[in-house]
Amino acid sequence: MNTILSKQRLSQEVFRMVIQAPEIAEARKPGQFIILQLGGDFNERIPLTIADADPVAGTITLIFQAVGETTHHLALLEEGDSIENLLGPLGKPTDIEKFGKVVCVGGGIGVAPLFPIVQGMKQMGNEVKVIMGARNESLLIMEEEMRATADEVIVVTDDGSYGRKALVTEPLKELCETWKPDCVVIIGPPIMMKFAALTTKPYGIHTIVSLNTIMIDGTGMCGGCRVSIGGKTKFVCVDGPEFDGHQVDWDNMLLRLGTYKPKEQEAHHRCHIGLDIKEGEA
Amino acid sequence: MHVSCEELDAQAKGLLKEFENVTLTPKLRSQIPMQEMPTQDPHVRVTNMQEVALGYSDSQVRLEALRCLQCKNQPCIAGCPVAIDIPGFIAAAAEGDYAKSVEIIKESSLLPSICGRVCPQESQCQKFCTVGKMHKDVDKSVSIGRIERFVADYAREHHCETVPSVAPDSGKKVAVVGSGPASISAAADLRREGHTVVMFEALHKAGGVLVYGIPEFRLPKKIVEHELDNLRAMGVEIRRNYLVGKTRKISDLMEKDGFDAVFVGSGAGLPKFLGIDGENYVGVFSANEYLTRSNLMKAYAVGESLTPLFDSRKVAVFGGGNVAMDAARTAKRLGADEVTIVYRRTEDEMPARKEEVGHAKEEGVQFLYLHAPLKITANEQGRVNGVELIRCELGESDASGRRSPVEIPGSEKLFDFDTVIVAIGNDSNPLIKATTDGIEVNRRGNFIVNEETCETTLAGVYAGGDIVLGAATVILAMGQGRKAAKAMNEYLLTK
Repeated sequence: MNTILSKQRLSQEVFRMVIQAPEIAEARKPGQFIILQLGGDFNERIPLTIADADPVAGTITLIFQAVGETTHHLALLEEGDSIENLLGPLGKPTDIEKFGKVVCVGGGIGVAPLFPIVQGMKQMGNEVKVIMGARNESLLIMEEEMRATADEVIVVTDDGSYGRKALVTEPLKELCETWKPDCVVIIGPPIMMKFAALTTKPYGIHTIVSLNTIMIDGTGMCGGCRVSIGGKTKFVCVDGPEFDGHQVDWDNMLLRLGTYKPKEQEAHHRCHIGLDIKEGEA
Repeated sequence: MHVSCEELDAQAKGLLKEFENVTLTPKLRSQIPMQEMPTQDPHVRVTNMQEVALGYSDSQVRLEALRCLQCKNQPCIAGCPVAIDIPGFIAAAAEGDYAKSVEIIKESSLLPSICGRVCPQESQCQKFCTVGKMHKDVDKSVSIGRIERFVADYAREHHCETVPSVAPDSGKKVAVVGSGPASISAAADLRREGHTVVMFEALHKAGGVLVYGIPEFRLPKKIVEHELDNLRAMGVEIRRNYLVGKTRKISDLMEKDGFDAVFVGSGAGLPKFLGIDGENYVGVFSANEYLTRSNLMKAYAVGESLTPLFDSRKVAVFGGGNVAMDAARTAKRLGADEVTIVYRRTEDEMPARKEEVGHAKEEGVQFLYLHAPLKITANEQGRVNGVELIRCELGESDASGRRSPVEIPGSEKLFDFDTVIVAIGNDSNPLIKATTDGIEVNRRGNFIVNEETCETTLAGVYAGGDIVLGAATVILAMGQGRKAAKAMNEYLLTK
């Protein structure tokens, strides 16, 4: 069960794995995620968004960045290995409907879970423009797939090593003014989602974000993932992961994400061993 | 003063000689001193996760069993939610026939080594014990739970348990959702009738609240694993990492996968919060999260577990139940300097087992009664630095018969804490209700079932445990699992 059928390194620290998981593949819809645990008593449970699924072949695709200890261990697994514990699909699917004009914004690894939403939005007959950003060229993923699916793709990098030198908020603001989208979907690092959501707010555009908070069980039992949405406490695992970006209490969410920060930095330093990633680049 | 197990055993040995060879009148029996449970030294045990209560010695259990008067009217049985033949199993224990003793228990209860440890005996069987009444002190009742624990442990350790026999294949297939006490007992009773039984657990380890909730120091996980192994030996298939409602819906299990009936024992897994200001600051945890990190994810094994712990100095635990005690005692073991239980009423109204409260006190947990939290404060980094509490006094009795706390205006005061654990209970997890048409729930989200059969409003779907009762006890959950299984076995005959 949960056998890794293929593994690909998309960039220095980003990997794509196709995994045999027929039941998850059958039930899964865009926007949903899985939780995995690599076996034994001491491994942690981590949530990862399902990037794609093939219900006929019975496979799901995960795209992940090796940034923590578990994602590093995952990246060291090879084709034919299996993931001991895999639970899903979790969370509510993305609300994909006919909005008209849609902008999908992806930052870093967030481009991966954004892709099935771009596909879904297209299938529903929307006109879709994509803004994808990364710190530098080597961290950009899935540009080809996006170009083959979306009506227009705008690529930005923080350092200008590829595409336009800008943050995603710049072209987003321009599109809000000139193209006037009916809906904006944003997936990426929390700080990027915060500022992208703030960008669309003055225009009153319906804005969806996908949150990835600290989580253990993924079934609504622990409440560790809770966020404040419009003043009400919601659980990302069962009420989300997608919420109205204008209702999220971003500052509280960012603080909660930092709950274990000192310990994670320590672990991060240790876990680069074995993957040939230079310190400072990941 | 802590008395070592060696000393308790020596005392019991001496007394046993005295009482063994005389004709025991009820008066004489009642004069045998109640046997204390041997425990790890409090100073030592706060530094480890191992079980606190060590269990009676052979002499202690014999002596304690001799205290039972074998009353004709058997008031203890009426106090037991599953009506175990208590005088019967105690009489066998007094004779030293522990295998027979555990067989008697197993006629009514499948999990004696667990219930012996976690049942609130002082408000069930022991509450009605005649010996306790003679002493006018429930704490001097016959220690039914401790005897139960001893004989169950004995049977497990000496391999003299019998795995229940399984009838020939009935051709029927049953799904059991969840793997806690209600599901374990339902699965066993369904499998006995020859049905194919598949148990579905969402987490990566089976056992439900017995594994993620109750700490190792109160219920060693190897005991739960042993009970699950017994189920496997009977032929029950346990599928982990499977969330019914998400991986597959109940309707899919019944319509596509060929399950003839479903038992839902998915528990009360939705933590309640108070709804006060500051509850989302860094350092505020539901008891579920705090305990799951430690128990299921083994975060207490620092350096080995990848799941991190929050560093705490001063911890406040809101609540007065067993979960609050578990959380407070876990926090102590994880290195907090000070741990305080904050409870709105007084010790008399606290729902926790007496033994847990006593253990918590011995371990240095502090109790702040008649105080209610108003808000949680934090520093600029959003990390908890205090809790504002208001003093209360006891007012009129409420629906539960407990006197309700009434806040005293003007008595607000800010207390210094860096961690808050909210242990005020759970609501029913809404996932199955939300993904299954035809299941009706009450105002609190609990499944509505037929009291006699535990059948839900959806034909062929039964439910028991906390999903029906709200947060209750292991024994009640187990009782419902058995009741549902009985009705399901009858239902399956007609299919």
